[in-house]
Amino acid sequence: MSDAMTRMAPADVTMAAPARDGEVLLKVEDVSLSFGGVKAIQGVSFDIRKGEIRAIIGPNGAGKTSMLNVINGFYHPQQGRITFKGNVRSAMRPHEAAAGGIARTFQNVALFKGMSTIDNIMAGRSLKMKRGFGWQLWRGGPALAEDVAHRRFVEGIIDFLEIQAIRKQPVGRLPYGLQKRVELGRALAMEPDLLLLDEPMAGMNVEEKEDMCRFILDTREQFGTTIALIEHDMGVVMDLSDRVVVLDYGRKIADGTPDEVKADQSVIDAYLGVAH
Amino acid sequence: MSDAVIAKGDGDAARWRKALPALATLGALAAIVAAAMTGVIARGNLVYDVFIDPFIAIASLPDLFVQTVWEGFVAGVLYALIALGFVLIYKASGVFNFAQGIMVVFAALTLVGLYEFMDNAGLPAGGFLALLALVLTLAVMFALAVTVERVVLRPLVNQPEIILFMATFGLTYVLIGFGEMVFGGNPKVMITQALGLPTGVSDFAILGGRVSIQHLDVAAAIIATTMIACLAFFFQYTRIGRALRAVADSHKAALSVGITLNQIWIVVWFAAGIVALVTGIMWGARSDVSFALDIIALKALPVLILGGFTSIPGAIIGGLIIGIGEKLGEFYWGPLFGNGIETWFAYIIALIFLLFRPHGLFGEKIIERI
Repeated sequence: MSDAMTRMAPADVTMAAPARDGEVLLKVEDVSLSFGGVKAIQGVSFDIRKGEIRAIIGPNGAGKTSMLNVINGFYHPQQGRITFKGNVRSAMRPHEAAAGGIARTFQNVALFKGMSTIDNIMAGRSLKMKRGFGWQLWRGGPALAEDVAHRRFVEGIIDFLEIQAIRKQPVGRLPYGLQKRVELGRALAMEPDLLLLDEPMAGMNVEEKEDMCRFILDTREQFGTTIALIEHDMGVVMDLSDRVVVLDYGRKIADGTPDEVKADQSVIDAYLGVAH
Repeated sequence: MSDAVIAKGDGDAARWRKALPALATLGALAAIVAAAMTGVIARGNLVYDVFIDPFIAIASLPDLFVQTVWEGFVAGVLYALIALGFVLIYKASGVFNFAQGIMVVFAALTLVGLYEFMDNAGLPAGGFLALLALVLTLAVMFALAVTVERVVLRPLVNQPEIILFMATFGLTYVLIGFGEMVFGGNPKVMITQALGLPTGVSDFAILGGRVSIQHLDVAAAIIATTMIACLAFFFQYTRIGRALRAVADSHKAALSVGITLNQIWIVVWFAAGIVALVTGIMWGARSDVSFALDIIALKALPVLILGGFTSIPGAIIGGLIIGIGEKLGEFYWGPLFGNGIETWFAYIIALIFLLFRPHGLFGEKIIERI
């Protein structure tokens, strides 16, 4: 796919499916999660292939965010297996997931509000910075060189997301759309293999949504990142994603290409309701 | 908001209205001074005693004034040091650590206790032994940090802050009980000389009088200042410092970028432990080391209110204002109230500042889009 193509409006890139049959990056098998008596996820299985954009959709309370939380280690499922990059794991802590190459953004933006845009994105480099405590205090030699290198990388991301103008502003003061962008920047700073986006376009207007779509596609293009996203805007989901998994009441009710899912009777029932 | 609207509407009138309180104060002061000069009010009149007499005393004996300010400065630096212990933990976990006061006592007791124990065990007393005791105490404070993280903080991740606050109350009593069990309840004497801290006094002749300065106070000021500078730098410019601030802002976001809460908490509690140890040594050297010292935590409260809970510069400036204000208040205005006003005067100072700056001098104004 050419660079020019990715920069087109999202509506034109429906056919962008470079990795339909690529190797599997993440595999979720028969995962169940419950909180007391509430069954958030029940026996869900699906996979995410390398380089694809995978959407997770479903009505409110379907267990989508819980699924992301399971993948990045916030929640530990009572049952099931998760295979990431060929390694099977059951309970994994969030920082281990981060170290393994899983980054994410949150439904209701979770930034470090008191810190500047740069510091927020630099925080995403935490795991990449290795110099010890002593060197950091000294702030010379290797630690300084390391800091400079990472700062350069972060500036690259800032350019990529077109947020140069706000690099020194405390993020708590930014408008919502920009906060979402900074949050994406922080996730990208981790150079993840798998990027989880929880409603990246919630609360945005059409223009902001188009920008975000472009950033998501460019991210895959430039960094080769695999992306899993939750989104309620069906137009966006159908345009962006290569494959869609549909959850309802914690169960998987459909899985396939956008067109297949759109035509699926159980999906239509879940969204529109069934006559009793 | 209304201020801004008025200012736009009619500039001059609004400006006058804003300046009114300041002008009124100035006018009242001028009236008092005039009344005093013309002899309308004199000694014995309350207004004269509050507004005129102390300043005459300051002007007539400037050396005493300098001495008082210096003592206030030293006290202020030490208040700042205590406040810093609170700020560190508050910044990194949003918790007001009630146990900070007792950590000061605990650290000082551990140092003296270990020194005495090794001394009794037959090791030669002196600088080397003190150094050994110091290193061992640091190890104990580290162990304390790890224990607190493991036993108190980890099970309470994502709980409301009030729960963590209450947990630090519990920690306070555990430390008091443990400390009394191990070291006994008797006051101990700080090993000032063995630690190599100076003890002499220097007199300086200035402003037609003499000002005497304790060497220990000078050392305390220098050590505390260095320590505060290092911590401020550490917070602002290092990866771990950035991680600390990140954790303070959002637990889940910090976790998602791979910051380990457990490690950060250990670092922060250990840093607070080091601050507690230094504070304990300095305070202990000026009085005894006993559990009574833990009330200095209450001294830190007005400093924190004044400076803002999240600000290291705030802790420093706040400490100095409280320290100097308190000593001046006690010395010049104290007799009016029958002396002993030091214990509550700090709160009055803090209250006055709060009237004008509700977030404290340097507290973060919480600005959020909603």
